[in-house]
Amino acid sequence: MSVVIGLLFTIGVYLVLSKNLLRIILGTSIISHGANLLIITMGGLKNGGPALLGEGAGSFMDPLPQALILTAIVINFAMTAFLMVLAYRSYTDLGTDQIHELRGAHDE
Amino acid sequence: MSCGVPMMNNLVILPLLIPLVTGILMGIYKNNLPLQRRVSLFSLAVNFGVSLYLVQWVAGSGIRILELGGWPAPFGIVLVLDLLAALLLTATALVGFACLLYAVHSIGEDKERHYFYPLFHFLLVGVNGSFLTGDLFNLFVFFEVMLFASYVLLSLGGTKIQLQETVKYAVINTLSSTLFVVGIAYLYSVTGTLNMAHLSVRIAEVGQAGFLTVVAVVFLIVFSLKAGLLLYFWLPGSYMAPPGAVGAIFAALLTKVGIYVIFRMYTLLFYHQPEITHWLMAVMAGLTMLLGGIGAIAQWDIRGILVYNVVISVGFIISGLVFATSDALVGAVYYTMHDIVLKALLFLLGGTVIAIAGTGKIKEMSGLIRSHPLLGWMFFLTLLALSGVPPLSGFVGKVLIIKEGLSLGSGHRGFYLLAGIGLVSSLMVLYSLLKVFINGFWGETVLSTEMEKGTERGLVFPCLLLTAVSLFLGLGAELLYPYVDQAIITMLNPGLYIEAVLGEVF
Repeated sequence: MSVVIGLLFTIGVYLVLSKNLLRIILGTSIISHGANLLIITMGGLKNGGPALLGEGAGSFMDPLPQALILTAIVINFAMTAFLMVLAYRSYTDLGTDQIHELRGAHDE
Repeated sequence: MSCGVPMMNNLVILPLLIPLVTGILMGIYKNNLPLQRRVSLFSLAVNFGVSLYLVQWVAGSGIRILELGGWPAPFGIVLVLDLLAALLLTATALVGFACLLYAVHSIGEDKERHYFYPLFHFLLVGVNGSFLTGDLFNLFVFFEVMLFASYVLLSLGGTKIQLQETVKYAVINTLSSTLFVVGIAYLYSVTGTLNMAHLSVRIAEVGQAGFLTVVAVVFLIVFSLKAGLLLYFWLPGSYMAPPGAVGAIFAALLTKVGIYVIFRMYTLLFYHQPEITHWLMAVMAGLTMLLGGIGAIAQWDIRGILVYNVVISVGFIISGLVFATSDALVGAVYYTMHDIVLKALLFLLGGTVIAIAGTGKIKEMSGLIRSHPLLGWMFFLTLLALSGVPPLSGFVGKVLIIKEGLSLGSGHRGFYLLAGIGLVSSLMVLYSLLKVFINGFWGETVLSTEMEKGTERGLVFPCLLLTAVSLFLGLGAELLYPYVDQAIITMLNPGLYIEAVLGEVF
């Protein structure tokens, strides 16, 4: 699992370091997935039981990481959607999706 | 639950609930602008009153907690209101009120129609939530609430510069939020809890060995990015882009939330290895002050000078935390409150000057004091307060922090250096703001009243309000000191916080 997380982070960082805005956004999204996977791994992967603790339950999963990830995924989803819209809008208005052209001041 | 009046504890959630409900209502009545303006201002005034009451209440009866959903402390999410949080909530409500009043007169109907007011209130939900929460993941969620509102506020209006800066700001903050999640994951794997009081207990139990210190440094990177401590490269561009009122609320609150969380994390959780974490913070604070000062001096645009002043003060406040004696912490907390008010005031004044002159370049304006004496004198007062001239509000914080730095200096030579940089940075603040004052307000009046691009009508009152508060912070320091003094007791004794949240069991 840690290899997968490492791989996701590597891909994400590679994409974030590129110049194309769309790739950067995808990169942040992939890094977030890596982080989510990290949370669930850190919470202990599986011991067979459901995430419910009832009467006579022999084994159970820690439910907290799952709750955390659910929240993090929703936030990440909204963030990616917002960034996509922002990128499209800045592409139409600024006429570029290359990050190195997004510098300096514009005279309005 | 260790408190006598459980029903009263429900009050703790009010600073969160008021802006949330107002924000939703504003969203519903989006076309009724007069209603939106009045209700928004009313809601912030109520929030200010409630915060004042909370300050009195907490000062009288100690830390208050609210267990959300009735789940006892380490299992559910708790809201924790200590005096530090209560004081910052009060400052937030006050500054929010002034900025909103300014926005009503300056932001323009177009933006008002496009959900300016709901966004403003949601921003405050995030800020207040971050001050109140006692749970690390909940803190992340409130950070995101705050950041989302700020992304939209930053890009609202859609000019080229705004879009360009929002892209950078949003990407940087997404990455730092991801790092935040990574830090939470590591911390959870070691301690098995996310409640901050419980975390503090567990970290003290296992000892803050190498791995936990690494986690502490990860968190330091995350919050330095949010607070603009050394990692402030995103800050100047994005704070320069939005209109005056939005820039003011960003400068006043967003970095301060980062600072508040650094206070919390490194006095409550990671206080075991100060020779690593605090040393790192000391280096970062010193560099922040120096680089921020150089940035402020090099700028010839009002907005540029102002945003670099935000950076300088972040470094200064953190150096108070680094010294970590009780006096230095009082100074840091006091300076934080002063800075919230003064940075908002400075940005509002700067926004007014830009509105009048039609440009931010100080070489192209001159002699404004003849036609706008009140504005000029307020700006002068602000720059004196920011550079720490007594009896104005910056003085108390500066004198306490630097005095402690100098008295600690005999133990660690580096502290002399840090205190010295603090003093030099005050001079840099003074120089950079005087540059604005001399170029903008002195000299020949080049703009006749008819040629002015905008009026100061309606814009001066919020500035006057904040100037009065600034004077109160300076002259009424005696009055305020006992509260601040009490506020830092929880910072020095994490045990008090833990006991309030977890009770006697642990």
